[in-house]
Amino acid sequence: MFNKILIANRGEIACRVIKTARALGIKTVAVYSEADADALHVEMADEAVAIGPAPAAESYLVIDKIVQACLDTGAEAVHPGYGFLSERAAFVEALEAKGITFIGPPPGAINDMGDKITSKKIAKDAGVSTVPGHMDLIKDADEAVKISAEIGYPVMLKATAGGGGKGMRIAFNEKECREGFVAAGNEARASFGDDRVFIEKFVEEPRHIEIQVLADSHGNAVYLGERECSIQRRHQKVVEEAPSPFLDDATRKAMGEQAVALAKAVGYASAGTVEFIVDKNKDFYFLEMNTRLQVEHPVTEQVTGLDLVEQMLRVAAGETLSITQEDVQLTGWSVETRVYAEDPYRGFLPSIGRLTRYRPPAENDVVRVDTGVFEGAEISMFYDPMIAKLVTTGATRDEAVEAQRVALNSFLIGGIGHNIPFLAALMQHPRFRSGNMTTAFIAEEYPEGFQDGVLSDEMATALVAAAVFMNAVEQSRASQIDGRIADVRAPQDTSWIARVGDDKHHCHVMPGKDGVRVAVGRASLLIETQWTPGTPIFIGGIGGLEVHILVERSELGYSLLTDGCRRSISVLPAHVDPLMAHMPEKTGLDSANLLLCPMPGLVVSIAVEEGEQVEAGQTLAVVEAMKMENILRAQRGGRIAKIHAEKGDSLAVDAVILEFESDA
Amino acid sequence: MKDIIEQLESAREHAYLGGGQKRIDAQHDRGKLTARERIQVLLDPDSFEEYDTFVEHRCTDFGMEDNTYPGDGVVTGSGTINGRLVYVFSQDFTVFGGSLSATHAQKILKVMDMAMKAGAPVIGLNDSGGARIQEGVDALAGYADVFQQNILASGVIPQISVVMGPCAGGAVYSPAMTDFIFMVQDSSYMFVTGPDVVKTVTNEVVTQEELGGASTHTTKSGIADRAFENDVVALMQTRRFYDFLPLNNRQKPPKRPSFDSATRTDASLDSLIPSNPNKPYDMHEVITKIVDEGDFFELQPAYAGNIITGLARMDGETVGIVANQPMVLAGCLDIASSRKAARFVRFCDCFNIPIITLVDVPGFLPGTAQEYGGIIKHGAKLLFAYGEATVPKITIITRKAYGGAYDVMASKHLRGDLNYAWPSAEIAVMGAKGAVEILYRKDKDDPDKIAEHTQRYEDLFANPFVAAKRGFLDEVIMPHNTRLRIIKGLRKLASKTLENPWKKHDNIPL
Repeated sequence: MFNKILIANRGEIACRVIKTARALGIKTVAVYSEADADALHVEMADEAVAIGPAPAAESYLVIDKIVQACLDTGAEAVHPGYGFLSERAAFVEALEAKGITFIGPPPGAINDMGDKITSKKIAKDAGVSTVPGHMDLIKDADEAVKISAEIGYPVMLKATAGGGGKGMRIAFNEKECREGFVAAGNEARASFGDDRVFIEKFVEEPRHIEIQVLADSHGNAVYLGERECSIQRRHQKVVEEAPSPFLDDATRKAMGEQAVALAKAVGYASAGTVEFIVDKNKDFYFLEMNTRLQVEHPVTEQVTGLDLVEQMLRVAAGETLSITQEDVQLTGWSVETRVYAEDPYRGFLPSIGRLTRYRPPAENDVVRVDTGVFEGAEISMFYDPMIAKLVTTGATRDEAVEAQRVALNSFLIGGIGHNIPFLAALMQHPRFRSGNMTTAFIAEEYPEGFQDGVLSDEMATALVAAAVFMNAVEQSRASQIDGRIADVRAPQDTSWIARVGDDKHHCHVMPGKDGVRVAVGRASLLIETQWTPGTPIFIGGIGGLEVHILVERSELGYSLLTDGCRRSISVLPAHVDPLMAHMPEKTGLDSANLLLCPMPGLVVSIAVEEGEQVEAGQTLAVVEAMKMENILRAQRGGRIAKIHAEKGDSLAVDAVILEFESDA
Repeated sequence: MKDIIEQLESAREHAYLGGGQKRIDAQHDRGKLTARERIQVLLDPDSFEEYDTFVEHRCTDFGMEDNTYPGDGVVTGSGTINGRLVYVFSQDFTVFGGSLSATHAQKILKVMDMAMKAGAPVIGLNDSGGARIQEGVDALAGYADVFQQNILASGVIPQISVVMGPCAGGAVYSPAMTDFIFMVQDSSYMFVTGPDVVKTVTNEVVTQEELGGASTHTTKSGIADRAFENDVVALMQTRRFYDFLPLNNRQKPPKRPSFDSATRTDASLDSLIPSNPNKPYDMHEVITKIVDEGDFFELQPAYAGNIITGLARMDGETVGIVANQPMVLAGCLDIASSRKAARFVRFCDCFNIPIITLVDVPGFLPGTAQEYGGIIKHGAKLLFAYGEATVPKITIITRKAYGGAYDVMASKHLRGDLNYAWPSAEIAVMGAKGAVEILYRKDKDDPDKIAEHTQRYEDLFANPFVAAKRGFLDEVIMPHNTRLRIIKGLRKLASKTLENPWKKHDNIPL
């Protein structure tokens, strides 16, 4: 085994690898860019080497710098994590030239599987079923349109070097095909330095199910079951689980055996993943092979009991696999949700900045949090917006999902927008609960984007009770101020009116022997909690219901968040509440005539001119954030009155990009 | 006797109707509450004791002798907010448009006088069309009497004005002399001369809202300390604010139980200061992480954002927070921020509220606009306010403390009691770049030399050591310990005594 390894990555995966290395008694070297000088992985590693400026292309993607860092620190091997250099054969070769071991597959396998066209050919030859498509490179948009017409829409435009949703576009018609070809190529060039794009048939209603394989350099290979990753947004995985609620043993075995056959065909030696599309008849097609550790590997670890990073290290050190296919047992169910710095209320646009609050749920047998940040850390615009992976494990799918819900409800993040409300809502979604999903799940269930989760009646009442209770605690404390000349009426001697939107609830607080009870209408709910004013999370029991509610004080009450539902609840004494009837409704600022920058980002182009008449759906501007190009389209037709931003501008969220003429 | 009681009941019921149901409905239609409803929201239930319910005006001109209403357009009295005494006057727009007559003024004066004797604050709820024109000079005299009483009460008891409707002409000077002005969005305005006069005199066309609405006074003029969405929010928040205030200048700020540990630390503060000195960070984060339960009542949040002022509690007791805000104009001092902070510091000093100052200031804002506007004297106000303040003063330098602005921001030299610095503090005459340009003008064309000089200057001054060596800092503390260090300090300073030399009053550069 190695004495010292270098981790050529950052964030949660770097931390993840360091943990296993440390457990095995291996010393670790972190590398970091200027933006990551204070990052968690740097602090966790035994040594750390600075490798240049913040942009990945000048630091984490520079092979020479990583190799030099190995030489300087005496690291014998490099774990690449995922992304960055993890699937670059040139990187492996550069390491090997200096006698440094790459903790991953041989460069031949990376090359073969890294090219989507070659990989499909090899897969086909190895007896793996594949999707119809055009394997050759496409030179321009015209050719893309011609080929797409032959295959038949819808088609998928994919960058040869793409991954993680970058450099991928679906086109349903010629116009989208043209736009998509250009955008996919541009993104791929920016992210991977390779703008080649190919086209394949887009399989509708597919499920994304992938097989984890593990192979050693002595010709042994096993499959470690599957992961279902159908819950995706714009081809970015959001929720993954193992096993899949869809597969039967026969399909699992067939897929696993094909995956192993492919691994053997390319001389694979490490952990790898063979991705399939599975249709509703459980017919499956090879998608691609990822020759690296996957983001979602923890769910496989949870159900197999194996540490995949440890296995990779052992294989890289030349050891023979210690397990055979018969040894692989899948026990229980594990679900992973990806916590992204993306604001679900703003169309999932990236959010960057300082994590003023970061309190993940406590880890235990059920909850695992793979994280690369800490309270006070910075979410930078330079890298992937993933903050953490929340993994929960239970005996059954229901147990694991329920554990997710609880963990997400108590996951506190402040300072930036994040998708936890969305994830929590997903965990409550009946269709997700039923296991009946496709990769179009999010697009179908949230066609207008995400606004709110579904709140059970029981929980809705519990939120009201929580608000009334917290208000009573604060009220009773306020009445203990010194300098009083009169007693203050106790909260239990007042009737309270809680308002949630237009709903009014008559409430009472009743201290009793068994604790405080809150009456909400006719229900009387026992409150069991240690909550005190200023605590951002309310944990406890309300009428027997276990709750985890995030709490923010508002002017007349509280803003509460649980199960992905945010509720603003005002609590007023009954003698004050009727006066609210006279208070006018206030409407926000009219921004209908403005195109606002939806996220902090860089203006790549402005597609229109002042005075131009535009149609609904027309591209107005392109803003790049987190390496993603976001096309901003006109929501309606109109004439452009004024353009406020120009190409190259770095804009803040809600900055005005352009103004339409008003209709009046 | 029974007869009298019945008459009294009936008269009272009549009085409670103010200007009558029709006018009450009209008031509601404007989204406003009546004078009595407002008191009902503001005070503890059943605590209000009304005075002068039956007072009527004595005007006999213009047919006024037949036109009287009990109470004469203002409801006055006393009550409690969370059990603590407060005096209140609430102008009744349903009676003569809340206009001020001689008797209306006398009612206000009476409660102010009672408040000063009892040592309890006065809250005025303003909703008045102005002077009662029929009374002429009597009304003007009434205003002046109120102004005079505001002046005498200033610094003796806290005075709060909640402007909940019109407040125009001379009337504005009563709120202007109180300690705090809160407004209600869209339904209140304050100006010396209204849009009609403005148009006649200057040809400027402007709406009431633009000229003197809540948004104008909270963002442009800085006259109002806060604006709230509606009457109920404004009054409930006034209750919250009241709990921060001492009752008078002889008392300490109130104490109430805190659920926040005095020894709580916050590791995330250690990573707050960016490594790039030109990169801003949000000073609000420091404030909400060091005060009790993150509860901070900010004053003038939308005006002169380069300085943050407001009240909070530490260890259960009220403190005043003054903090440079690097997010706005790099946190520099300018005319607006100096005036904003100076008035707040003086308020705290009046009422025995310890002042916590968080410093990250690159200096005074340069430019003709500032100089012509008199930054010298406006900046001097803040300097003066800090220098004369005798309350406990604890100062934390988080990053930059440059030039004269360093002196101003509650430095050791201005009798700071405890002056701490974070390790990221830089106390210097100016930033390294500027300093080197002056010190080594001859090398200005040699970038290598300039870089070398800059480095040397940074090594020398871009740290807290020089100031610490001279004793200008009492201690360099870790950011995560800020809260517990401040609380320790406040406990030690609880019986601080410091007196300024006898004088009739000082001559602060107004």
